Amino acid sequence: MTATTRTAPRTALRHRLAERGIDRQLLLLVPALLAVLILFIYPFAYGMGLSFQPAEGGVLGAYRNFFGDAYQRDTIGTTLQLALPAAFLNVAASVPIAYRMRGRFRGKRLLTTLLVVPITLGTVLTAEGLLNFLGPTGWFNRTLLEAGLVDGPLRLTNNYWGVFFSLVITGFPFAFLLILSYLSGIDPTLERAAATLGAGWWPRFHRITLPLLAPGLATTFCLTFVLAFSVFPSAVLVGDPAGTTRVISIAAYHAAYEAYDYSLASAIAVVMGVVELAVVAAVLGVRSLFYTGSTGGKG
Amino acid sequence: MRRRIVATPGAWLVWGAVGFFFVLLAGVIGSVLVSSFGRRWFDTWLPQSWTTQWYGQAWHEFTLLDVLIVTVEISVLVVAISVLVGVPASYVLARKNFPGRRLLYLLFLLPILMPPITYGIPLATVLYKYGLAGHMAGVVLANLVPSIPFVILTMTPFIEQVDPAIERAARMCGARTGQVFARILAPLLVPGILAASILVLVRTVGMFELTFLTAGPDSQTLVVALYYTMSAAGIRAQQSVDAMAVIYTSMMLVLLVVALRFVNPTQLVARVKEDVE
Repeated sequence: MTATTRTAPRTALRHRLAERGIDRQLLLLVPALLAVLILFIYPFAYGMGLSFQPAEGGVLGAYRNFFGDAYQRDTIGTTLQLALPAAFLNVAASVPIAYRMRGRFRGKRLLTTLLVVPITLGTVLTAEGLLNFLGPTGWFNRTLLEAGLVDGPLRLTNNYWGVFFSLVITGFPFAFLLILSYLSGIDPTLERAAATLGAGWWPRFHRITLPLLAPGLATTFCLTFVLAFSVFPSAVLVGDPAGTTRVISIAAYHAAYEAYDYSLASAIAVVMGVVELAVVAAVLGVRSLFYTGSTGGKG
Repeated sequence: MRRRIVATPGAWLVWGAVGFFFVLLAGVIGSVLVSSFGRRWFDTWLPQSWTTQWYGQAWHEFTLLDVLIVTVEISVLVVAISVLVGVPASYVLARKNFPGRRLLYLLFLLPILMPPITYGIPLATVLYKYGLAGHMAGVVLANLVPSIPFVILTMTPFIEQVDPAIERAARMCGARTGQVFARILAPLLVPGILAASILVLVRTVGMFELTFLTAGPDSQTLVVALYYTMSAAGIRAQQSVDAMAVIYTSMMLVLLVVALRFVNPTQLVARVKEDVE
């Protein structure tokens, strides 16, 4: 009881602050806030500052270097050409599969477990496996040759397709699990009500489930896109890192660790962040044109 | 409600896609596994003879024991620190409403939304400036950047579902904040904390970019060591790299199986009841 009674004049301000939600408990936030500020915001600001102080060429020299050199500038296009289709395919394939698999059925736990496996494989093992499996003498080409479907082995590694496959293997399970959890967050009675009123499966999906799923779709697309956008190991290992899959993260890495031009590296990192946030903003912008409201689950 | 497998075209398409994906996956894992046990494997379906010598070779050649110890040390440190820092913060975010709460949430969301390379390069530069990178401290610090927000994002919804009335009752009975945390909240939060720490553990063991950018020769984790041996391939037998990859995968699989005992992967985003009959 004594803990709750306070002397009136001294605590007046504290009371008023506490009413607005400001009290000593907020101190619990301090360590996390400090960590993010020191380890994330400060380096980012530092890097941004560095990108405006190149050895030569004035304030925007590093950016001019990057955008003036077609070899560097094209990495943006290369990255987007890989990341956007991969993210789109992962999300688009996840929706019908997750739609069919929500609710309960036998082996669901096994299936979801199997689907988590590729997430843990990591890009490096996936790259190694793809080189073995899709390579010119790998099982995949061997099967196609035996079946007489192709004349010579398909070239699927050390080019665009190798990287693309690796993005699908690591990205699809991630997208699927997210979409599945968003889908199971939608109240199934809504759809049953629609069915009772005589709606077929397409109107049910198109008019009920899809709008409710839209926020989840947007979030999933963004997260999958971020994963695909930062592709680095697989672009080096299964891709063609000097040519068709020279993605922007390779350019940044080269600038920092091989050319030791930290200014250019920071500039590339900033460009990368801006491009990525622009895509995320565009997706969220398109999403806000559709239904916004309660979805039943946490979206 | 069990669905019968009816052969509508849609169903065939969906199951076909899933099947194709699993064939691809099995091929990827299988070929690495087979190759790591094969003696010579060039232009045939399967290797000509089998051996386990690559594992011994990989173990000695890449000093895997040291690498494994470093990996475990780094991951455990990252998990411990990010839980200690993240859980109190997520408690405040879950329970209180204060000015700037949304902004703070966005701030915690940013490190997860950004590709690691974007902030990894400036961060590595800063860490090198202060002489932290190249050692374990730098690797741990770098890995904290996505881990702390990750703990916060997974723990906040978890804490939200703990009934605040329990805490109020404890306070009415005279418990102080410390006691509420230690005696009431901590036991209730154990499942959530376990889930979050295992997920952070899996992420840290698998995190390539940040560790790669900040690690020195004595602070490489397994995945970074694997990358270096792969990109410097040619001087080493392909099979011993495969053996190393298999060791890495089995370690991740053990972690994964442990993780799935605590976490249902479909409930990571929305904590909902499974379809009620």
